[in-house]
Formats: sequence, C-alpha cells, structure tokens
Amino acid sequence: MGVAAKTGQSGTVVRSTVMRRLLKNPMGIASLVILLTIAVLAILAPVIAPFEENFANISKTLAAPDSVNIMGTDSAGRDTWSRLLFGAQLTLLSALLCAGVAIAIGLPAGLIAGYYGGKFEAVSNWVVSILMSLPGLIVLLTIRAAFGPSVWISMIAFGVLISPSYFRLTRTAVQSVRNELYVDAARVSGLSDLSIIARHIFSVVRAPIIIQTAAIAGVAIAIQSGLEFLGLGDPTKATWGVMLSEGFKNVYLTPILLLWPALAMALTIGGLVLLGNAIRDALEDGEKIKHRKKRAAATAESTSSSASTTPDPAKARQSRKFVAAVDAGTEHHLVKVTNLGVGYPQADGSIKKVVDDVSFHVDRGEILGIVGESGSGKSQTAFSILGLLPDNARIVGGSIQFDGNYTVAPGEDRVSQERLSKLRGKRISYIPQEPMSNLDPAFTIGYQLVTPMVRVLGISKAEARTRALKLLTDVGIANPELTFNAYPHEVSGGMAQRVLIAGAISCEPDLVIADEPTTALDVTVQADVLDLLRELQQRLNIGVILVTHNFGVVADLCDRVAVMQNGRLVEEGTVRDILRNPKEPYTQTLLGSMLEGKTPMTMLVSKPGSAAQSGSAAQKEPVA
Amino acid sequence: MIKFIAKRLGSGLVVLFVVSVLTFTLLYTSSGSIAQNILGDQATPEQVALKEQELGLDQPLFVRYFAWLGDALTGNLGASWFTSEPVASSLATRIPVTMTMVFTAMILIAICAALIGVAAAVKRGWVDRVVQIGAIVGDSIPGYVIGVFLVTILAIQLGFFPATSTISPEVGPEAWVYSMTLPVIALLINGVTGGAQQIRSAVIKQLERDYVRTLRSRGIGEREILFKHVLRSAAPAGLTVLSLQLIGMLGGVVIIEQIFALPGMGPLAVAATTQTDLPVVMGVVMYTVVVVIVVNLLVDILNGWLNPKVRVS
Repeated sequence: MGVAAKTGQSGTVVRSTVMRRLLKNPMGIASLVILLTIAVLAILAPVIAPFEENFANISKTLAAPDSVNIMGTDSAGRDTWSRLLFGAQLTLLSALLCAGVAIAIGLPAGLIAGYYGGKFEAVSNWVVSILMSLPGLIVLLTIRAAFGPSVWISMIAFGVLISPSYFRLTRTAVQSVRNELYVDAARVSGLSDLSIIARHIFSVVRAPIIIQTAAIAGVAIAIQSGLEFLGLGDPTKATWGVMLSEGFKNVYLTPILLLWPALAMALTIGGLVLLGNAIRDALEDGEKIKHRKKRAAATAESTSSSASTTPDPAKARQSRKFVAAVDAGTEHHLVKVTNLGVGYPQADGSIKKVVDDVSFHVDRGEILGIVGESGSGKSQTAFSILGLLPDNARIVGGSIQFDGNYTVAPGEDRVSQERLSKLRGKRISYIPQEPMSNLDPAFTIGYQLVTPMVRVLGISKAEARTRALKLLTDVGIANPELTFNAYPHEVSGGMAQRVLIAGAISCEPDLVIADEPTTALDVTVQADVLDLLRELQQRLNIGVILVTHNFGVVADLCDRVAVMQNGRLVEEGTVRDILRNPKEPYTQTLLGSMLEGKTPMTMLVSKPGSAAQSGSAAQKEPVA
Repeated sequence: MIKFIAKRLGSGLVVLFVVSVLTFTLLYTSSGSIAQNILGDQATPEQVALKEQELGLDQPLFVRYFAWLGDALTGNLGASWFTSEPVASSLATRIPVTMTMVFTAMILIAICAALIGVAAAVKRGWVDRVVQIGAIVGDSIPGYVIGVFLVTILAIQLGFFPATSTISPEVGPEAWVYSMTLPVIALLINGVTGGAQQIRSAVIKQLERDYVRTLRSRGIGEREILFKHVLRSAAPAGLTVLSLQLIGMLGGVVIIEQIFALPGMGPLAVAATTQTDLPVVMGVVMYTVVVVIVVNLLVDILNGWLNPKVRVS
C-alpha cells in the first residue's frame, strides 16, 4: 500500500510541474492561446457571427471585405467570416468525436492486450494490421457511398480506423510496466487487476495519450476537410473544406477566398501539432531534471568544486596549430594522464565536472586497474584516452600523452580526433563491457573482424580472413570457421566477448583499454576471459587499462591500481600495497564491501564512522 | 526466405478476403434502394423490381458476394451501373496515371527524406532546426491545401506551370514532366518533412548505440560507419515510415487528382461515391488494398534482407 501511495503522490507532482513547464515554453503558450481562441470563437459562433451560416445575399456575391462582411462574401453572397465561425464549430466537434471514438476503442483494447496478452492480443494485433493497411480516405469514400453524406458517421468510421494508434501506444506502455516491481507489489498486496490498471498503468499511458490525441485531432481535421473539399460532405453545413473548394472554384475571380479556410485549418492543426510537441518536451525535460537531481545528489562533493575552470579559449585555439612537446623524462610512459578534467556544459552555462584532476600513467607490459563505483568517472577517463567521449563532453583541464606525444595537450578543450584517429584501432584499442550490444547485428562476426584489419593494416581481405581465423583460435574459440560466418545473435555472450577481445588485439595494439570486460558475463566465463586477457597481455607485452568495480578482478590481474571516487583519484599504488594496506577510508569501504560478498553497485556514503568500521573489518580479513 | 515470403503472401491474401467481405457487406446492406436510386424518383415499382433483378439485387447477400468473388478471381470486377463500362477496364486506364504519380513521389520522398534526415542527425545545428520546423509546418498543412496554393500561385497567378494536367505520353516527355511537377510536389511535401524527421531520430538513436563506439575504436572511418552501419540499421524504421506514408498517399492522391483535373483513380472514385456506383467503389477498394499488400510484402522482404534476425526466423 505504501508503494501505491507513493507513486500516486509523485504522479501528481510530476503532472503539475509538467503543466508549469508547458506554460513556460513559448511554443506551449502559443499553441494553447491559438487553440483556446479558436475553441471560444467556435462556441460563441451563434452569438458573434453576424449572419446565419447559409444566409445568402444574392445581390452581393464575391464581394471584397467591407464593414458588413469583414472577410467579404462567396459566390452565393454568403458571409465568409460567419461561415468560418460555424465551420470552426463543426470542425472541432468532428475532431473531438473522432478522437473520442478512437480512444474508446483503442485504450481499453490496448490495456487488455498489454496486461493479459494471450489470444486477445493475437486477435487484436491481426485486426490492427488490417485497419492499418487501409487508406483512410478510400475507406471514408466507401462509408460515404454506403451511408450518404454525414460528418458524424464519417468521423466515427475514421475514429475506428485510427484506433490502432491508441491501441499500440497503450499496449506497449502497459507491457513495459506490467512486470515492474511496483506493479508486482500491488498485485501481491491483493489489489484487483482493475484497480492496478486504474492506479498504476493508467498513469503511465496518460501523457502519451494526450500527445497522440493532439496529433490525431489534426489528422481528423485534415481528412474531414478533404472530404468536404471533394464535395462529399453535407451540403447544408458550412465547413472549412467546402469553403476551400468554393474558393478554388472562384480562383480566377477572388483567390483571397482560399486564404481564410486554409489559414483556419493551418492554425488549428498547427496549434495541435505544437501543443503535442510542447507536452512531449515538457515531459522529457522533467525526466532530464529528475536525472540531473539524482546525479547531483550522487556527486554532491564534486559539483561543489565545479566552479568552472574553463580553459582560456585563445590559448586552446593557439595550441591546436602545433602540439607542444611532452615534458622531458616522461616520454617512456605508454600513456600518461596529467591532472585530467572532463566536464559537460549544463543548460545554465556552468560546466559539470565528472573527472577532476586525475593523474596516472601506464607502461608497456603493465596492467593498471581503475576501480570505482558507477558514476566515479572511471569510464569517462578511459574514453578520454580513446577519444570517444560524447560530442558534448569537454576537456576542462590537464593533458593526455600517448607514447611521448600529446593526444590532449595542456589547454585544449577537446580530444584531437585528428591525432587519435591515427592511433585508434592501430595502437590503442578497446574491449567494451556489454558484448552483445557492441557488435553490429547486421553484419557477420567475420566481416566485423576483417574490415578493421583491412582498413588499419592495409592488408588484403584474404589475408585478413586468415588472421581473423587464427585470432579466433587464439581467444579459445573451438570452431573458428563457424563463428566467423555467424551473426552476432547466433553466438553466446561469452563467445561474443571473446570475439571482441580478438578484435581488440587484431591490429597488434600497444595499449588495450578494457571497460568492465567481464561484468556482463557468467561467473564461470568471467574467469576464462580474465585468464585469456592475462595470457594475451603477457605474450604480446601490451599495456592494459582495466576499468572495473571489482577488486577481485584487480587482485587477479593488475599490477597497479588507481581508485576513483566522484571523479577524483583517491588513491594509487601497487595492487599488493593497496589491498594489504589501504590508506583512504573510501578504498577501505570498497574493499570491505567486496569481502562481504557484495558488488558495490549502490552508492556508498562515505560516512567516516561506517567507513572506519567496515575498513577495520577488512583489515582483519586476510586479503591477497 | 521463401517460407517467409510465402507466409507473408498468405496473410496478405487473407487480409484481401476479409476486406472484400466487409466492404461488400457494408456497401450492399446500407445504401438503401439501389435500383430506385439509379432509375430516379419517377420510376414505377415494376421498373425498380426489373432493375433489381437485372443487377441481381434480389438474391441473398452471400450468393451475390460469391458471384462477385468468382468473377473477380477471373479478373472481372463487374460493370458500372451508370456507364456500363467494365470496372476492370476503367481501372486499367486510370491506374497508370495514379501510380506514376504515387511512385514518383515515393521515390523522391525516400531520397530527399534520407538525405535531409541524415544531414540533420549528423550536422545538428541549423540544418537540424530547419528539419524540426519543417516537420511542424508539414504536419500542419494538409497536402491538398498545399496543392491548391501551388496551382493558385505558380500556375494561375504566375503562369509557370499548367493549371490542369493531362498525362498522355503523346504530348512529349518534356510537357508531361512539366504537367506532373506540381501534383507530385503537392503529394510529396508532407512525406519529405515527416520522413526526414523520422529518419533523423532513427539515425541519432543508432549513432548512440554501443557498437558505433566500438567501430570507432577499431579505427573505422566516420563515413563508413554512417553509410554502411548506421544507415543500414536505421533503414527498417525508415521503410516502415515510407510504407505508412504510401498508404496515406493512396487516399491523398484522390484529392490531388481532383485539384489538378488528372484522369486518374481519384475522379472515378469520387464520382462513383456520389452516385453510389457500388461495383466501381468495390473495384477501387480492392485495387487499393492489393497495392498496399504488395508494398507491405516488398517492405517485409527488404527488412528481412537488412536484418539477419528476421531472415533467420
């Protein structure tokens, strides 16, 4: 019950802030003003229209605007402004009817299909596929042939025809929350299906349905007016479509008659489109802010220090022309990271640092572990060495040098792609965390191994193929031919990770950056992959940066280890020293949590008391 | 693959059958006294009865349906009640006009939307902003309103193009292309703006995928990643959008043909609808559904070719 109350509450909070954000957005305000104005004019049409919709002054046809007929008259002498107002009434009502019918069919069907699945879902999917393969206007022509000219019948029919859009939306949303924990909790606590749907699931689909309704009302207006334009509507009613067609018939005499109904349609449909976009933006902003708040809470410490240290732009520009030589005496390091800072520009102009003042180095034949919990900046550090940070990331301080040359010189605010594209794949390579998502599903494994070798090493395809097969054997794949010809979805996760390792060493790099290479694998496979990494590293004498949250992996594989927390380097040293004698309380906490048999996935609050406690516990245990 | 195609083809035929039953039932049970309608108010009950017998309307619905189906399977869709012209032959003279326009527009949409969408996704900045605004404007103005204004401004006011088009290849290819330009533009604008927006988001989504980063780390160039990997993975989304747009266009073209006075399916369908010329209406519906089914089948096959997972299962 507690869960239910909580989500209900936060639901209302979210909704009211979405409304506020919508009203702050100029696009949202503009669309609401337009639509409300049109709605008010439509409602007041009988009061404010100077003439009846079909009142014709035959002595005054196709007249120019004057004080009596402010928009002029049509070929039958009817007042354009009055007809526009009555047309608005009919147009808005027909759009509402259409959307209402579509929701009445699509929403419950989608809820049932999404929540229960089974036969109902199969049958409705089939019906949907039929409805969606019918062109709307052709169906409406058929309906018109069968039932005669009626706005209401055609809009009901169109509502039925367009109901799949609500059905699919609802079904997908429901399926995504059906197995969420809070829905399970509600089910366990004995709530009936009906009240679960009403309370939890309906709140999920509410916003998408409002957005969808704006879009569908627009489409309904367009198609309804199209029917009227073709002369298939009710001739006794004033509608925008009829007025457009009337203007088109008199296009040689008074083309201005076209303008008014077209403008009315474009404003109404445009208002609906804008409203839908504004609501979607408001919802997305809400998610971003929530995300940011969470992040901010996590890195409270580092944000306080994020008083921006933006590098001097003039200096950055200058240094791009020629690259300064690295400090003497450091050339022999394979990689040297000096006081590196990485940040992301925020909406308010400040820069949020995710990596701050980090320094370390890696030599040939050495394995450096970078340890930290998620959000500690360890992956960001690794990607800045690879030059694969997201586009909006900025280097806010420090430098990176590879084999005696700067890839990020002091003062530069971005990684030089020009310099790194020559190194990537050839001298620096990468083993990703999640094996499946890092292979392109549309190409065979063989293709994805061969192409980089052809591009980077300039060897022939046949040669690359031979090498690829040998590499696959090297990484312990029993039947390399079979794997070579397979698509990524046809192999297991452990196999895919072996393929990615093979790819990483295929061009004989000097440095391999492995980002949590075993996290996504089964425990039994993890040990094999670690063995493989160690064996290859020793045989090829390469430097390795191993990003991980797991001290077990560090103890197993690394020579040295750097511990990161909240974007900063907390402690660095040989594995033996750090494991035996961790100095920083945070390292002690990390070690302690590992020894308790837990993976530190959740945030650790570095309270001095608790840290010392678990730290001392760690010290009691024999470690290495 | 053959099994996959056969299965899709089978389900297409089922859809065709179901739609034909529904349309037939709807048309022939709801439209009042058809014979009276054809003969006019002056007709005597005897004349009406005779006419009903002549049209076979005195028989039960399912007998009539299966008679229609049997004929339809041999390519005979009946004859118009008003002009007596066989439906199949009047469709045959009009389909080329309509389909030339629809497929020209579709091909142009595919090319333009892909180019603009990819440019917006990769370059961002002002290109992206123009695409976003274009999508809103395109969504706000129905294609036939665009058509009306194209005729009014470019043809009638400025005289750059012929206001009404007659498509007959005899007038020479140049004049023919000239007369086709405005209707095709009116047909494709909404498709281009909407399609570019969709392809933009599909490409952005693909660019954020993990494998793109891994390809970069392997030393593969940006251009190769974009055109070989990203576009290929974004293509199924684009194809789905295109096939939905085509379904919409088969309706939209009816209005466009009316505006440009083109001798395509549109005027035939509109006239048949106002007169309650049921065999013609039925023929138009069947023909449209066949086009949709064929196109959907092609899209499925293309998707299968693009995505190995679909191909295997």
